[in-house]
Amino acid sequence: MKIVVCVKQVPDSAAKVVVENGKVTWGDAPLVINPWDEYAVEAALQQKEAHGGTVTAITMGGESAKDALKHALAMGADDAILISDPALSNLDTQATAQVLSAAIQKIGGVELAFFGRQAIDGDAGLVPAQTARLLDWPALTLASTIKVEGDSVRVERAIEEGRQVVTAKLPAVFSLVKDFGEPRYPSFMGIRKASRAVIPAWSLAELSISAPAAVIAWTEITNPPSREVKCDIVTGGSPEEIAEALADKILAEKVL
Amino acid sequence: MDFTLSEEHNMLQRMVRDFSQKEIAPVIKEYDRKQEPIPFALPRMGELGILGLCFPVRYGGQGMDYISLGLACEELEALDTSLRVAMSVHVGLCATTIFQWGTEEQKQKFLIPLAKGEKLGCGAFTEPGCGSDVSAIRASAKRAGDAYILNGEKMWISLASKADYALLTMRTNKDAAKPSQGLSTFIVDLHSPGVTSGDIHGKLGVRAGSTGWINFQDVRVPLENRIGEEGEGFKITMSAFDHGRYTVGSGATGLLRAALEASVKYSQQRTTFGRAISEYQLIQEKIARISQDYEIARLLHLKAGWLQNQGERCTREISFCKKFATEASFKAADDAIQIHGAYGFSDEYDVERYLRNARGAIIYEGSSEIQTLIQAGYALGQREDKPLRCELPAYDVEEWQK
Ligand SMILES: Cc1cc2nc3c(=O)[nH]c(=O)nc-3n(C[C@H](O)[C@H](O)[C@H](O)COP(=O)(O)OP(=O)(O)OC[C@H]3O[C@@H](n4cnc5c(N)ncnc54)[C@H](O)[C@@H]3O)c2cc1C
Repeated sequence: MKIVVCVKQVPDSAAKVVVENGKVTWGDAPLVINPWDEYAVEAALQQKEAHGGTVTAITMGGESAKDALKHALAMGADDAILISDPALSNLDTQATAQVLSAAIQKIGGVELAFFGRQAIDGDAGLVPAQTARLLDWPALTLASTIKVEGDSVRVERAIEEGRQVVTAKLPAVFSLVKDFGEPRYPSFMGIRKASRAVIPAWSLAELSISAPAAVIAWTEITNPPSREVKCDIVTGGSPEEIAEALADKILAEKVL
Repeated sequence: MDFTLSEEHNMLQRMVRDFSQKEIAPVIKEYDRKQEPIPFALPRMGELGILGLCFPVRYGGQGMDYISLGLACEELEALDTSLRVAMSVHVGLCATTIFQWGTEEQKQKFLIPLAKGEKLGCGAFTEPGCGSDVSAIRASAKRAGDAYILNGEKMWISLASKADYALLTMRTNKDAAKPSQGLSTFIVDLHSPGVTSGDIHGKLGVRAGSTGWINFQDVRVPLENRIGEEGEGFKITMSAFDHGRYTVGSGATGLLRAALEASVKYSQQRTTFGRAISEYQLIQEKIARISQDYEIARLLHLKAGWLQNQGERCTREISFCKKFATEASFKAADDAIQIHGAYGFSDEYDVERYLRNARGAIIYEGSSEIQTLIQAGYALGQREDKPLRCELPAYDVEEWQK
């Protein structure tokens, strides 16, 4: 089974991301693989372990984005492809989906295309659905379990109201939640393989597409309004008394 | 000269850090308080390959180099000293010494399960009556046909009650011309009849680590478990200390870093007299020194790792690294407590644990006084490294993958 997992490089979740002079910055915090995509890599490796096949990690970005791919390789992905082109900048999710769907088509024979549910920087969560639309494949979003049976797949979706079971024919696109278990650490063997891997870079010409244009423009970005924080210390003679005073306060402030 | 770490080293460091942050950080305070080892810590380190990372793949290892071992120790001790102590005794004293001095059969039989983390190893040299003076070892091994009979007690042994194997040095000849020539080293299955062990409680630090005693009463050890020749025990023990000290020094470097990070963070949050305390020069002076010491300690352990990769004996460089890093880490933890004020005195913060944990390393694996003697010996030309019958093999990328 051929599995593709699309990953993105984002600022570390511990980084302090702020807007300075109209530009987003995260200081010298490292760039890492998007945490949701790490779950997607884990899920892809589990599918490979269950059914055999290969896992290919792909990302769109500059030279530094190779680090995200190397992380996937070190976890156990078989190969990785970087999609990089000077024309790829300021893309929105739709343009991104055009590039990724072209890459998935070029790889050929893909049955499962995995994505994390969203990227922690843009938070749109749209690329999986848009990629599915362009490939004309079913989009199975927020998947929490995936069971491949022959040429179809049974998916449990984690939705706020509960679980929904859906089925579809393969190939299909999936966006995944965390239920596949903690992503495995890179193994030492994987680290060695990843650090020596020569990762091919595909340009738009190699994908036989022209530069996609964004249909959404970012006109402004600002920091959230700074919040006034007031600190009240609840006191009392015993833990019970303190708890009671706290409960009263919570009710009075209509927090609950 | 190239000071950049390879991508492999960077990834390894991140992986070990992720492991200790995700799995050990949430529980370390609880186990340190209970004075109990974290039950899943060593099995997990075994599963992940950390307990055998620097051995060739054919011996059950992960094929990484000696620098990687130092980096892993740095990461582990940045979280808690108990994790690094396990590396010092399992990898350093025990497995690496078998790798250096063992026969092919001994490597097959003992190194492979150790490197895979299926068995735990320790190193047992210290006795109730002797520590620094290894040549005064009294516990005995008497030859009886195709076996040795072991009697005596080892004390202050890390993982004493947890390990499956002990690499240990015993007296095989009471009448040797020089006491140090009457010692021999063995690898002993601690599940053998006649072996008893127990833990020592009430330690100042490394409370989530296991330290104890092992007693031997007429313990029969087959001849093929002797490491090296009869009478070679002193030299083998000194090799074991080289391996152990390297991990102690690189580990203490991690403690320095942890003290630095805690101090930077706290000093920027805490305000007195209307300003963050990080703005006061007296606080800055402490932070500057910790950061400088971290840099020095790191250079020392990376150099020692590099020399080992080249296959060069580096007892002297390892001694510099061990003594400097352990003393500096204790001082750094002390300064970190000062920066934290009263909060540093409470186990709500980590820095008091750093101080307690840092103290022991100035004593074990050759106290600071012993390191000073070694260093003076080299400087004064009274000490030189004579070739050994078995040297630690230089790291060879290709060979290590086999
Ligand atoms: C937490 C912990 C874990 C340990 N783990 C192990 C282990 O796994 N395996 C193991 O074999 N041992 C282990 N030890 C024991 C440790 O290696 C010894 O404590 C150490 O070698 C010192 O020996 P000693 O305690 O007998 O002190 P002594 O040798 O009695 O020394 C007492 C003091 O005298 C000083 N001194 C000794 N000789 C001289 C000299 N010639 N000149 C100047 N000063 C001198 C010493 O530096 C020290 O300050 C551990 C100890 C601790 C605390």
